[in-house]
Amino acid sequence: MIEVEHLFKKYGDLLAVQDLSFAVEKGHIWGLLGPNAAGKTTTMRILTGYLPATDGKATVAGYDVFEQPNEVKRIMGYLPENVPLYPEMTVQSFLHFVAEIKQIPASERKKAVEKSISLSTLESVRGRLIKNISRGFRQRVGIAQALIHDPQVLILDEPTIGLDPAQIIEIRQLIKNLKGERTIILSTHILAEVTQTCDGVVIINEGKLMASGSLDVLTASLQKRDGVFIRLREGGEEKIEHFQNIPGVDNVSTRDDGYCIEWTRGKDSRDDITRYIVERKWGLLEMRSLALGIEELYLRVITGRTE
Amino acid sequence: MSNVWAVCKKEIKSYFTSPIAYVALTVFLFLFGLFFQSIILWFNSYSMQMAQNPYYLQQMNINQMVYPSLFHNVSIVLLFLIPLLTMRLFSEEKKMKTDELLYTSPISINQIILGKYLASLFVLSVMLMLSGILSIFAFVYGNPEVKPILVGYLGLFLMGAAFLAIGIFYSSLTENQVVSAALAFGTVIVLLILNWASIAAGGTLKEILNYISFTQHFDNMTKGILDTTDIVYYISFVFLGLFLTHSVIQSRRWR
Repeated sequence: MIEVEHLFKKYGDLLAVQDLSFAVEKGHIWGLLGPNAAGKTTTMRILTGYLPATDGKATVAGYDVFEQPNEVKRIMGYLPENVPLYPEMTVQSFLHFVAEIKQIPASERKKAVEKSISLSTLESVRGRLIKNISRGFRQRVGIAQALIHDPQVLILDEPTIGLDPAQIIEIRQLIKNLKGERTIILSTHILAEVTQTCDGVVIINEGKLMASGSLDVLTASLQKRDGVFIRLREGGEEKIEHFQNIPGVDNVSTRDDGYCIEWTRGKDSRDDITRYIVERKWGLLEMRSLALGIEELYLRVITGRTE
Repeated sequence: MSNVWAVCKKEIKSYFTSPIAYVALTVFLFLFGLFFQSIILWFNSYSMQMAQNPYYLQQMNINQMVYPSLFHNVSIVLLFLIPLLTMRLFSEEKKMKTDELLYTSPISINQIILGKYLASLFVLSVMLMLSGILSIFAFVYGNPEVKPILVGYLGLFLMGAAFLAIGIFYSSLTENQVVSAALAFGTVIVLLILNWASIAAGGTLKEILNYISFTQHFDNMTKGILDTTDIVYYISFVFLGLFLTHSVIQSRRWR
């Protein structure tokens, strides 16, 4: 649905995006991750047709972003980092204006405005001036304007920024509900958001692609071993040797007041370990996976560490 | 065309939901009234003096003695007010980052510019139309000719339209409204007084300066003389202003 090939963007001497390539399939949600000034916003601006690229190619639903910008703009909704709102307009008249410039036919405009208001739960502020509503509501008006023309593709630049925890959950749910019919790219600094909403990630740093793919595949490529952390009622160094005797286990170490038991990826030694502990009545208090969290994954990709 | 209308409607609404349009209208109508009244009063007392001589009284003419100087004075008022109407048109979009919404919608730069320009032209038209009400007094107490007055108004409208195009160009250059207004103001003044320089110049230069100057073309129209050259002159200024605006916006996005 969205394909980016060898994209470059120069601002004067500054290379904001260098040789960026990735692809997002139809109906998927992908997260665009990276530190500040990594080129996330620039990439999104290029995809939406706001900025031209210096070199490279980008297509959305088969339309070339540079050759057929109007076709792309018609099927794309965009929520910029700074939500574009006219403070002196009411929520409803603003959405009506957006419906007009997004070229929704006059007969369907009213319905589209109503639908976007109810999707973003803006009923309570529809008649108020945008300058008088709270930050959270403004963000939701931003999402409403991006959805108003029922776009096939959504580009959301930090959609949950400035919202309170309850609203964040609401917006995440909204984004998840949109999945299926629409292809979505969102950028965020909240890594938990990615694991909860996204199918895959594109991680960029200093304008360069660091990694891209589904979360499982990325984790697998960075982690060679699986493992668990366990805590027993009574610890002790002597148990390390016991654990090492369990077939398949490669490595045992102590951490905090428990043990990290690791084995080669592909097997699953959890059953054996549990049985071993229960048979000896050691008192299993806690057992959790040592799988790479999104934070760890992100840091490893950005810093280039693999293990 | 519906895109142009959408932008135009939004801008007209924003003129009238903010104080800008009301302030501009009030100041313009107040000053228009003041000039109109003082020139009429002067014309009245002058007529009294001339009343003793039937021949001179015959020569007294509202069209020639009141309207040309009224239009000239009012053009100076427009010079001050028009930068206030245009300064925010693009500067504010850029500052509030709302341009991102416009430029990522299926609507062309030309349509955006035209929509905004037509909205400012609408405010100018309202200003001029409301000021026309004062002329009722001229018709009640005298019998001026309508055509020269209309030509004079056309002159004011065309000159205002050219001012607006220059203002919109400066608004596209900067996100600072004060800078945009000051530059527009300076440029319009230069264009108005360019014919002063032509007095000192001679030959072809004199002709060129006279042609470029706003005043020379406006002068004809205040006297009720309608010449296509003058109309073409102002319209080409409008096109130049809008074309430059388009180039600025286009080039900004490519940088």
